Amino acid sequence: MAARAVPNIMKQGKLAPWLYLLPALLVMGFFIVYPMINTISLSFSNKDGTASAATTCVEGRTCWGIFENYRYALTAEIDSSSVGSFWSSFWRSSYGNTLKWIVLMVSGTVGLGLLFAVLADRVKYEALAKAIIFMPMAVSFVGAGIIWKFVYDFGTQQVQIGLLNAIITGLGFEPVAFLSVPQLNTIALIVVGVWIWTGFCMTILSAAIKSVPDEILEAARVDGATEMTVFWRIMVPIISPTIMVVITTMVINVLKLFDIVYVMTGGNFGTDVIANRMYTEMYVNFNVGRGTAVAVVLVLAIIPFIYFNIKRFLAQEEIR
Amino acid sequence: MNRDRINKLLNRIPTHFIIILMILIWVVPTFGLLITSLRPSQSINTSGWWTILSPPRGSSEYGEYCASCHGDDGTAIPEADLTNPALIAEFPRSLQLLNALKAEYDGQPHMQNIPLPEAQAAADIATYLRRISGVDAPPRFTFSNYIDALVGYRGTSTYQRDCAAGTAPLDINCDASDLLNPRGMGRAFLNSLLVTIPATFIPILFAAFAGYAFAWLDFKGRFLLFAILVGLQVVPLQMTLVPISRLYAQLGLNGTFLGVWLFHTGFGMPYAIYLMRNFLGSLPRDLFESAYLDGASHWTAFYRLVVPLAMPAIASLGIFQFLWVWNDLLVALVFLGGTTPVMTYQISNMVTSLGAGWQLLTASAFLSMLLPMIVFFGLQRYFVRGMLAGAVKG
Repeated sequence: MAARAVPNIMKQGKLAPWLYLLPALLVMGFFIVYPMINTISLSFSNKDGTASAATTCVEGRTCWGIFENYRYALTAEIDSSSVGSFWSSFWRSSYGNTLKWIVLMVSGTVGLGLLFAVLADRVKYEALAKAIIFMPMAVSFVGAGIIWKFVYDFGTQQVQIGLLNAIITGLGFEPVAFLSVPQLNTIALIVVGVWIWTGFCMTILSAAIKSVPDEILEAARVDGATEMTVFWRIMVPIISPTIMVVITTMVINVLKLFDIVYVMTGGNFGTDVIANRMYTEMYVNFNVGRGTAVAVVLVLAIIPFIYFNIKRFLAQEEIR
Repeated sequence: MNRDRINKLLNRIPTHFIIILMILIWVVPTFGLLITSLRPSQSINTSGWWTILSPPRGSSEYGEYCASCHGDDGTAIPEADLTNPALIAEFPRSLQLLNALKAEYDGQPHMQNIPLPEAQAAADIATYLRRISGVDAPPRFTFSNYIDALVGYRGTSTYQRDCAAGTAPLDINCDASDLLNPRGMGRAFLNSLLVTIPATFIPILFAAFAGYAFAWLDFKGRFLLFAILVGLQVVPLQMTLVPISRLYAQLGLNGTFLGVWLFHTGFGMPYAIYLMRNFLGSLPRDLFESAYLDGASHWTAFYRLVVPLAMPAIASLGIFQFLWVWNDLLVALVFLGGTTPVMTYQISNMVTSLGAGWQLLTASAFLSMLLPMIVFFGLQRYFVRGMLAGAVKG
């Protein structure tokens, strides 16, 4: 076992450690472990959690019996009458949107974060620059949502008070309703997500970059390597474990992301994501079974990352 | 030598360019929000915040159509002094103004050889005339949006004006008690504080206990339990909402502060313990050994040694948990809702159901950011440290 042994001299009574752990274990058991189990069992029940989900089946329609809520969670948004309609409905569903969020937001935050961390490392005003990029992390998603809703504002009259549309009309183009044009609106929301989370990636990656020994980089430069080569061939491989950690953390964050969509579009106009859909099923439609089924789907998507997290932790403990 | 330096400088230009561009993208939207929140609502809806320093609306149209006879300040013709409020009050809308412009004065067409302005231009001129005559001269900057947001004023004028005129809506009393109006941000600010302070303090306390046990006390299953805890860090909030809100409904905890404190405590725990244990585990072992040799009990070691030494970790954790709870919407939405609105809830409610104007939204959003910004810029060091110690949070 990798955990460090406790010095003999410090061995206490058998009970003492558990007394220290008791408050934490109680609240965690009550607020995390118990609800998880309960959520799974509720996902097999009907609208108000009183009977099996199989009772909600309608005669003559496809039914998955006890898994009926999962049938709803997985297929209700999907039109599988033909291959074409399947894909077009998939890309408008909460699953398709969540996938877009993951791909675009993770690559956006990690890419921009890395770029900024590398560049800021070379200028004198690094601390200030980093503080500015990091600032949205202190602001709520709701606040950031308002900031960007205003930037995206679409005036139906002549005056555009939203910055982006003012620029667009200033250049002589037609104004764009960023938040209600399907597909474009999801991108517009992802931009807000990137704006918020880039600082997080930047900070962690910046710390990793600074820990790369200067001698290695200097040696490569002396040997005539260009800055690009130094970056791709030396820097990136050395910090790749950190990049992996940042990527997994961001994927988890994106999967759980709810506030931006809720505040800016409420999941309308084809911008729904899994986390917002769970809220809608549970607290707007008041359907316990369906709401919890969506939540379980969300957790299933996260399980690989729980595994990854524990693996990483075990590796860290080996090093200690 | 000099040429080298110039070369070096030139090579740096793309770097500076990208950095400054990104900084602008990060700063400008927030800056726009701040400026907008300080403008009177008529100006917000008729011009972008970036026009704040440009001449007032209608001044160029006035210069084009009117200034040649009426003069730059509108007083050139004494019989038709455009700064006279009584005269301007006759043209409340562009229609009346256009009619006056079409009319003849002393047998001459009003506009003489200048063409009649378009409807939009006439409206702008009317606005401008109201401004120079003092009939309706909105200031460039005002704090009235903040006052309106704080007291939850939703009328068409402003709180101060309505109160002075005695036409305030029914839920406004026009005294200090308005700050506690359940629709206002003042009340929400107080609620946010009442939620956040205990929901920050309790988890830190519990995590310090547990972190100490995981780092320095020996018990069976120590490692396994901690590995499970690491896994629990990423469990999404959504997974636990439904059972807890059903349970709270039975226990009568829905809408209570206690319910939210406990929920945030439970959910903040895995990350907080992880951070504490790693920090405490990195303290030198000699320290504990000598403390025990000197006859200290584990409890003495905890509060005389661990708590003071763990202050940096406690600070990081405190900021993290504070920002997390303060900025949370989902938990507040589910467990507190409209009965005890916090700031995030109040703002999202303005957007989703009330469709409040930009003047209220921008001011409210800025009010909600005030405290986090102060905490962030004051204690950034600890925040970054906490984030680097363990990047994942539920």
